[in-house]
Amino acid sequence: MSTKAGAKREPLLRMVKRDDLSPLRAWAYRGIAFILALVCGGLLILVLGHNPILVYRDMVIGAWGSSTVIRETIKLTVPLLVTAIGLAAAFKMKFWNIGGEGQILVGAVAAGFFGLYTAQIFPRPILIILMMLAGMAAGGLYGLIPALFKAKWRTNETLVTLMLNYIALAFVKYLMNGPWKAPGSTFPKMPMLVSGGRMTQVLGVHWGWILALVIVVIAWFYFNKTKQGYEISVVGESENTARYAGISVKKVIIRTMFISGALCGLVGMMQFAGADYTITEGTAGGVGFTAITVAWLAKMNPFGMLVVALFIAMLGRGSNTIQTIYKIPASASSLLIGIILFFMLGCEFFVRYRLVKRGKEVPDA
Amino acid sequence: MESPAHTDRRAQEQDLTEDDPGNLAVSMEHVSKSFGKVLANKDVQLQLRQGEILALLGENGSGKTTLMNMLSGIYFPDYGDIHVHGRKVTIKSPKDAFDLGIGMIHQHFKLIPVLSAAENIVLGQPGGVVVSRRSLNADIRELATRYGFEIDPAKKVYDMSVSEKQTVEIVKVLYRGADILILDEPTAVLTPHETDKLFAVLRNMKEDGKSIVIITHKLHEVLAISDRVEILRKGEFIGVVETAQTDQSQLTEMMVGRPVSLRIDRPKLPRGEERLTVQGLTCLSSYGVKVVDDVGFSAYGGEILGIAGIAGSGQKELCEAIVGLYPATRGSVVYRGTKDGAIVREQLLGRRPKELTRKGVSMAFVPEDRLGMGLVASMDITDNVMLRSYRDNHSVFVDRKKPQTLAGHLIEDLEIVASGPEAIVGRLSGGNVQKVLLGREIARSPGVLIVAYPVRGLDINSSYKIYDLLNEQKRKGAAVIFVGEDLDVLMEISDRLMVLCGGRVSGTVDPQKATKEEVGLMMIQLAGSEAVAS
Repeated sequence: MSTKAGAKREPLLRMVKRDDLSPLRAWAYRGIAFILALVCGGLLILVLGHNPILVYRDMVIGAWGSSTVIRETIKLTVPLLVTAIGLAAAFKMKFWNIGGEGQILVGAVAAGFFGLYTAQIFPRPILIILMMLAGMAAGGLYGLIPALFKAKWRTNETLVTLMLNYIALAFVKYLMNGPWKAPGSTFPKMPMLVSGGRMTQVLGVHWGWILALVIVVIAWFYFNKTKQGYEISVVGESENTARYAGISVKKVIIRTMFISGALCGLVGMMQFAGADYTITEGTAGGVGFTAITVAWLAKMNPFGMLVVALFIAMLGRGSNTIQTIYKIPASASSLLIGIILFFMLGCEFFVRYRLVKRGKEVPDA
Repeated sequence: MESPAHTDRRAQEQDLTEDDPGNLAVSMEHVSKSFGKVLANKDVQLQLRQGEILALLGENGSGKTTLMNMLSGIYFPDYGDIHVHGRKVTIKSPKDAFDLGIGMIHQHFKLIPVLSAAENIVLGQPGGVVVSRRSLNADIRELATRYGFEIDPAKKVYDMSVSEKQTVEIVKVLYRGADILILDEPTAVLTPHETDKLFAVLRNMKEDGKSIVIITHKLHEVLAISDRVEILRKGEFIGVVETAQTDQSQLTEMMVGRPVSLRIDRPKLPRGEERLTVQGLTCLSSYGVKVVDDVGFSAYGGEILGIAGIAGSGQKELCEAIVGLYPATRGSVVYRGTKDGAIVREQLLGRRPKELTRKGVSMAFVPEDRLGMGLVASMDITDNVMLRSYRDNHSVFVDRKKPQTLAGHLIEDLEIVASGPEAIVGRLSGGNVQKVLLGREIARSPGVLIVAYPVRGLDINSSYKIYDLLNEQKRKGAAVIFVGEDLDVLMEISDRLMVLCGGRVSGTVDPQKATKEEVGLMMIQLAGSEAVAS
């Protein structure tokens, strides 16, 4: 019974959950967060010795200023968007698939097998379809591994999917250095896909962007209007409830992870046959991780993911541009992107909670 | 309605002036606490006198536990003052509360199963690195004899009954030197006999000068144990009365806000056909222990079969095994009913739910864990209503039209307080959540309806609505199986009452003939073999 307890004061700040924020105010909060991000990033640019307004302007121009850069931005958007949708299917089920990178790589490799070794046999449409099916099947099967492990032995899917990324990466390196090494090359690299095996361009970008838009619409219907989408949501909320409702939890996990992996595998195929025309250890290039941010920022809504993916692709393109114009180091422009994403993700906390200062907030008694 | 509350408030204020502040162990004034939009406590006061037992009475959700959690340092009040032994204090953590001599025994015990009673008691105590077991055990025995506990300091918690665990929690608090004890619904998990023992201990502690708050919603216990009663309703202070000068009906009226008849209907109907036959049902826990042990019974249409037992006697596993959610190692469960005039007779164990539905088995189940098993908290009422039926058509897409209409009907018929079928179930109050769940299950016109703890956490109004709905199903010819915890309710509503003890059936009685004490005894020990056959 010391006197210490009596001397203590109310905590300085308290978190209070709010459930009554109107969508308009929520968006206002996000807008404020974005402005703060720009201000904060602007300070960084000032320290580097440049005019923030000019730098921001050139970032936007670098992403949207001409048809050439727009195409580049779209090219960055497509893999992010499709991967994010694939991951969202698993996330809605509370299955933390952070193995997008690996699933993209195995998809690319499977497509690469047909692209590099059967291009002479099949005409383009058949070859493209074969590559797509192969990429999706490979990505899907790769996604099944953690699903089966979880369904059978309750393993932690986060660890398994993460480690499978490194296995896929090592496998690609092995192919580059050995069996699939380009003939006559002294560097460890794979041959280029012949032009007969490449995806046709529509408005200057491979037609994967049309496919991505179709996937957005289908995914929205799948998540919200189909029985399978409903089952995913129920399993994600509570496995007990799912069992009670007569849903086979294992079946849903396995089916959904196949879909999730297949979409990532499709991205690998498109990167190979539409963008890079070869496979390197950089084919996935962090898309599998950035797509996690896309899916969460969009709250698993496919249309939201379209917007967020475009935004993040713009940041990526824009930061490339300012690197060349202002000789800003790559690390600094990554920092700039980090600041913006930090504020955008951080503001979601304030959308969900509010802070109450000591002594304030006397309830209307 | 308002006037009695006001007179009580005035009476209480007089009490205040009479009370010498030095005689008050605890005084809470103008205390308010909100969670988001919900105001859990609104300008509440509480005076606990030195050496008295104060009952804190109110329906679930009336803010009793919130108020006491602020005294024990779990929550921090948004507003208001707390005085302990006449001195103004700020309690920011359970440790602060301990330092002030306040100890709370929570409804859910916070013990470590693999440790012994003594180890749990000494855990988290200030002091050196080395603990002398001998002096510790001596201290515990001394406390036990002083207050009349039965406790074995060396016994592991996982070997203990619920009542023994509760004893450990109480001794833990006393060992820390608490002289103000708060007990949150301590009798909810006890048999009548164990309750009597606990009350004897509480009286001994009172004699010793301890001040005790007991949170409860059981009126007869309030009358049996307390010196004074403070009543809360919907987070507000309603009044304080001397226990000697009150009765059940006055307390109910203060608690609910209007006069209520406390009688539960038991419509007398001729026994219908046998709907469910369970034989030799045995289930193992994940550790290989028999949690359901050779259970057999029959349930008939037009009757409510009550199932009583202390918490964890196998009720959950029994219900889940019958509906196919818990694996049974042995036994049989046979369903009898009709579908389109044809007779249905199916063995349920080991069958897929989809197949059974197609064969015409119509069973409804309201599980104990409403939001963790029966419903999806983050979805709206429509999506929850279709949880069990969304597979009925052959389309790839879900049909939300019919469930939406049904959700609308349920809201209207069962008086569910919700903005509409789009209301998120997790945001509804406990009573409304249960109405959505029970409403959905009843809408399937089940042949057998199993309900587990259907009124737990519900206010009196909602509880009586649920009893009415169950009786309506009984009239419609369904076999209703009611697993409950409140023996008074079970004795009033059941046509037959089956008692479980340690996973076995210790007997089945006619609740109109048996006494509560007899049933209470069956809950803790297996009766003679003649009782097993029902």
